[in-house]
Amino acid sequence: MSRFTGTDSYIATDDLMMAVNAAITLERPLLVKGEPGTGKTMLAEEVARALDRPLFQWHIKSTAKAQQGLYEYDAVSRLRDSQLGDAKVHNIANYIVRGVLWQAFESEVPAIVLIDEIDKADIEFPNDLLRELDRMEFYVYETQQLVRAAHRPTVIITSNNEKELPDAFLRRCFFHYIRFPDKETMSRIIDVHYPGIKRELVREAMEAFFGIREVPGLKKKPSTSELLDWLKLLLAEDIPPDALHTRDAHKVIPPLHGALLKNEQDVHLFEKLIFMSRRKS
Amino acid sequence: MLIDFFFTLKEFGVPVSIKEFLVLIEALKKHVAYCSIDDFYFLARTCLVKDEKHFDKYDRAFGKYFKGVLAIDGVVAQIPEEWLRRMAEKYLTDEEKALIESLGGWEKLMETLRKRLEEQKGRHQGGSKWIGTAGTSPFGAYGYNPEGIRIGQQESRNRRAVKVWDAREYKNYDDSIEIGIRNIKVALRRLRKFAREGAPDELDLDDTIRSTARNAGWLDIKMVPERHNAAKVLLFLDVGGSMDDHIKLCEELFSAARTEFKHLEYYYFHNFLYERVWKDNRRRSTEKIATWDVMHKYGQDYKLVFVGDATMSPYEITYPGGSVEHTNPEAGSVWLQRMLDIYEHAVWINPQPEAHWEYHESIEITKQLMGGRMYALTLDGLDRAMRKLSK
Repeated sequence: MSRFTGTDSYIATDDLMMAVNAAITLERPLLVKGEPGTGKTMLAEEVARALDRPLFQWHIKSTAKAQQGLYEYDAVSRLRDSQLGDAKVHNIANYIVRGVLWQAFESEVPAIVLIDEIDKADIEFPNDLLRELDRMEFYVYETQQLVRAAHRPTVIITSNNEKELPDAFLRRCFFHYIRFPDKETMSRIIDVHYPGIKRELVREAMEAFFGIREVPGLKKKPSTSELLDWLKLLLAEDIPPDALHTRDAHKVIPPLHGALLKNEQDVHLFEKLIFMSRRKS
Repeated sequence: MLIDFFFTLKEFGVPVSIKEFLVLIEALKKHVAYCSIDDFYFLARTCLVKDEKHFDKYDRAFGKYFKGVLAIDGVVAQIPEEWLRRMAEKYLTDEEKALIESLGGWEKLMETLRKRLEEQKGRHQGGSKWIGTAGTSPFGAYGYNPEGIRIGQQESRNRRAVKVWDAREYKNYDDSIEIGIRNIKVALRRLRKFAREGAPDELDLDDTIRSTARNAGWLDIKMVPERHNAAKVLLFLDVGGSMDDHIKLCEELFSAARTEFKHLEYYYFHNFLYERVWKDNRRRSTEKIATWDVMHKYGQDYKLVFVGDATMSPYEITYPGGSVEHTNPEAGSVWLQRMLDIYEHAVWINPQPEAHWEYHESIEITKQLMGGRMYALTLDGLDRAMRKLSK
């Protein structure tokens, strides 16, 4: 049995590895939650890459229906074809469009399925998928056909906590909450993304970054993906490491902070705090 | 034998079900985790706990269960050395083996271990934690933990694992005490109600087919409005005076609420609702709005949320002229009643700890006026308040 241990571009902590491996071994869905930007969606891609399995992605919108992941009956085309007298109208199978789960069920090798941001959908959405995720099979009423997974796919579900998920659904999943990485993990993450990055710059950037996260009252705290973007900018601009010293009262605000603070009010708040600390010193 | 663990979790209020427990057993059987208490901690968590708000309870239960295990004496002494050695050879990496050698070899290590255990017996049975956790783990069936051999090393993984649950890093996610913006959002989202309003922009297939059939087979396309969040909220916030302690909490609630609804109107008041409210707290003396106007402006489908500690003299509620700031011609209770007559859905969220409520007469009065719909500003309280609102 293959085990997931992270990849060359994705750092997985021990508890995350445990959760993924449990989900793979027991062939049950894994529900992943966590702050935005901590790599929830990336996880599925990286697991698929590490284990060399095909990945099927299903991105959920507020209007998404569970049925769409299984199949859709394109009644409108059929109606149109019937008006035009098309011969294929007689076979209903011509109008059954396969969804993501069906495709994954048919895969020759065990697949990875990503159901991204399940909390965006209607509150009933997870309930409608209970049987499908449990038994990995469903019934196509139009063609009287039972679709069953050849190999149970590993389903990775992400949620941003916008809605509570039903208990019955949760009971069928493994659960993992991706915590915000600590400094050590963070420097490993930066390492795999920007291997050549100057050590000094990373250290200074991390201090500034965790400093900003400590600022009370920020609406949106900068996350890992924002730190990586910021580093990319800093590298592109070739900023000397010592310019990042926020402790130095005379340097007003870290350069290119727009990558870290995404909210006008946050930037104002941040500037105000720096101004105040300058007055104090 | 993990049954006690299961019931310890229950006791600490982690919602675990039998099905999930069976999954854990199955996972252990398939060797997803073995011979490491670290791994077991993570595996059991991923199997049994389905929301980060329960992580803290899980940590405490785990800590208690494994501390209780300390009381079992002398289990290690009964484990045959040969077996330990074989386990270690199987699971220790070459590096770790080299480390053992550098510490004086296997025999020396075992000797140290025995000495430590004897010391522990000699002292109180509680012993120091790292011996107990490492040495007397009941997980014999899943392999004795080879880390146990590395007693006395600073970087023992065992110690690290103990730290994980003893550190209680998930405390902030527990729903009964702390409240932060993230938590409030979850609760406020209960207010979301899907209603079909607005422009028709989605094909109504059923209706189209029906109409087409009725239309002798010629296409007659019918549209319905897409659903969107239609919860409307009228928010009243108490500022100043005794509320100053709670202002930060209220502002968090307020900023969370603001992004949540399409229709959110907010007004400020001081201590209690009277004939005037205001929108901008800095200009409260000049720009006041008649409460009547507010009631006339917003339809009765709005949901009413008051945030205030309702801690004041009872006269400020029940008597005309009772207000501390001005002479009010009509009592505050009259105004509140008027509001409640219009808006069927209303709650009062009180930042005061619920345990203190009964000691303030004004809180009791307000609660009565609200028909009991007063909730504490905790996640749980908010949750109940929002549930009440969406009924």
